[in-house]
Amino acid sequence: MAISDIKEYTHLTAEDVEELGRELDAIRTDIEESRGERDARYIRRAIQLQRGLAAGGRIALFGSRNKVAWTVGTGMLALAKIIENMELGHNITHGQWDWMNDPEIHSTEWEWDTTSPSVHWKKSHNFIHHKYTNIVGLDDDIGYGIMRLTRDQRWERWMIGNPIYNLLLGTLFEWGVAAHGLETTKFRKGEKSKGEVLKDLKIIGKKVGKQVGKDYVVFPALTGPAWKHTLGANAVANLIRNYWSYMVIFCGHFPDGAEKFTRAEYENETQAEWYLRQMLGSANFHAGPLMAFMSGNLCYQIEHHLFPDLPSNRYAEIGERVRALCEKYDLPYTTGPFLRQYSQSFWTIAKLALPNRFLKATSDDAPETNSELKFRIRAGVRETFGVDPKTGRRRGLRTALRELQTAGIAAA
Amino acid sequence: MALKLRDFTRWSEAPAKDVDTASTPKVNVLRGLAARATTPLLPDDYLKLLNPLWSARELRGEVVDVRKETEDSATVTIKPGWGFSGDYQPGQYVGIGLRIDGRWHWRSYSLTSTPRRDKKLISITVKATPEGFLSTHLVNGVKSGTIVRLAAPRGDFALPDPPPTKLLLVTAGSGITPVMAMLRSLKQRGHDPDVVHIHSAPSADGVIFHDELQELDQGPSKYALRLRLTGEMGHLDFEAELDGLVPDWKDRPTWACGPPAMLDAIESVWTEAGAAGRLHMERFVIARTDKGGEGGTVTFALSDKTVEADGATSLLEAGEKVGIQMPFGCRMGICQTCVLPLESGHVRDFRSGIEHGEGDRIQACISAASGDCTLNI
Repeated sequence: MAISDIKEYTHLTAEDVEELGRELDAIRTDIEESRGERDARYIRRAIQLQRGLAAGGRIALFGSRNKVAWTVGTGMLALAKIIENMELGHNITHGQWDWMNDPEIHSTEWEWDTTSPSVHWKKSHNFIHHKYTNIVGLDDDIGYGIMRLTRDQRWERWMIGNPIYNLLLGTLFEWGVAAHGLETTKFRKGEKSKGEVLKDLKIIGKKVGKQVGKDYVVFPALTGPAWKHTLGANAVANLIRNYWSYMVIFCGHFPDGAEKFTRAEYENETQAEWYLRQMLGSANFHAGPLMAFMSGNLCYQIEHHLFPDLPSNRYAEIGERVRALCEKYDLPYTTGPFLRQYSQSFWTIAKLALPNRFLKATSDDAPETNSELKFRIRAGVRETFGVDPKTGRRRGLRTALRELQTAGIAAA
Repeated sequence: MALKLRDFTRWSEAPAKDVDTASTPKVNVLRGLAARATTPLLPDDYLKLLNPLWSARELRGEVVDVRKETEDSATVTIKPGWGFSGDYQPGQYVGIGLRIDGRWHWRSYSLTSTPRRDKKLISITVKATPEGFLSTHLVNGVKSGTIVRLAAPRGDFALPDPPPTKLLLVTAGSGITPVMAMLRSLKQRGHDPDVVHIHSAPSADGVIFHDELQELDQGPSKYALRLRLTGEMGHLDFEAELDGLVPDWKDRPTWACGPPAMLDAIESVWTEAGAAGRLHMERFVIARTDKGGEGGTVTFALSDKTVEADGATSLLEAGEKVGIQMPFGCRMGICQTCVLPLESGHVRDFRSGIEHGEGDRIQACISAASGDCTLNI
């Protein structure tokens, strides 16, 4: 039934959580006060690189009848689209660079290179997903209304197609993101009128027209006799971007260890508990500097969810401090190799095509969701959590999870 | 047929219809067509990588020269990029954005260049003031080649063309700058009205454009300078001394620019004489009047934050106090960067005293809460 009492689940007292909140606030203040020319140069160079790649790719595709030119052009264009969507579009519209007071790199001005209009994205993602992160029934990103992502969600017959929807979404990711702006789940629940949906559809249609016009009409036409090759190249570049951003994003909240929460948890939540929910609900993946850049620094999903509006180039250093806090409060810091994280997500989605009665684990103690009852069910409530007066070390959630694991009871 | 062409033109320029153009708006037809290939960007966003001045998305310019005028003032000459119209009036000001440690800072300065002359270059003359972070930077720190942002010239402190036959100019300190642009353009246009110019400065060394003013004064024109060195003679007492200095002042349309205390004195003298209609003033600093609101709780709806603010605190300051990234520019009510929609409640413009209500777009830097209000940010 997902986590309803985050303090009990994390084996922390209210004071512990408030203290953790203060320490996270201190990280924010440090970063805010040290933003300056170095950071500004980073984003300017990222933009230069992205535009250089885009222009270079488009130019190379004028010779798209040549195999080498086609491959180089398609590759450059795909890279440009990935960087634009991940490191630029996503992060700039979060307001990460608003502090520069530069109207050309500002959350209110940026329109990204994808079919989803920024204005919709800012609502469905920046507001709904980042505020209600992983709360079943409030965060539309848990399954996007087209998949079952946790056994907390009631099974319905159409969900039998879960693995297929998953692959389709990866392939058509750009279109999925655009459609997400319609908030069809709200429409189905009757919280949104048909008129409002049509209005949003119109906004999407306008943006789609421009995007499709550019990739599938203007550039093929400009390259004249090579139009077929250019059209194909643009489609492939969009497809590469789709799969890549889909994989990165699915590694953010769907791997094992990214917890789900109930409305009850949200209703009486303090700011510090919100922080804690973001930490437990998100998952990172291992990445070097290049991979981090190509993922828009979403390999630091935990840090991004704690501080969505701090500049992405600082997430690596924030990560070190967040890890130290996890160590101090004995909390898990969910991360792993990219492909392992993705395959966990993939497997969860595949499994959840089946109703809960065919699944072994309960929603209190499953790979994709847990609750505070997990410990009572399996081991009884332990009295020995908290700071050990002898060693000064804290015995908390991470230790408890490890103990359950070594006890040899595995769930699936 | 003509209608069809017009439709085609309108369709072509649609993506670029709000872009400023320097010469003719027809450029935007081309820009709009090219934007079909660069959407969601403009072609300018790529071209500026080749040359930073090749973009009209945001007006910008390159500093080509910084020349000291006095110990603490300098003239900065700027080559404007695409989209900047040289069609301004002498006396108007221009917004200048400078990047310092990654952040853009904005202030407005009077143009001291004359329109459509000076090889399309514009210049501003800046006096460094101890509290003026940006002015100090412009006078002492800015190098040739620096790219600055520009906001289109505006302001209604300008001489009519042709000018009145007799006029009075009253300036002090850096208040000389808009008036210098007026004097220079009068000369260039070959106008020679009867000008009396009262200028105050602490000492002869501190007079910006000292030599140029003296030259005009001693030249053949009908320009007469009344220089007041306040270090030796003290501030001019308009009520007591003006009649002796310029006996026919009431008949002269007057342009005045300088510190708030001087302008306040002038305003009251002119008003008393029933000559306020002939007085034109330019204020560089906003004087906080008692016209503020009574204060209240300000709610920032999208950020989900509230703060108590008194009637003297601007909504901009109130928002920044609770950590909201408020858009800001000049912070003195001229550049419109900070304009936000007022969701509910009332705010008062503390310069004009005008009260704004729900649905108005208000300037956060010069508005204070007048009761509880909600801003959509």
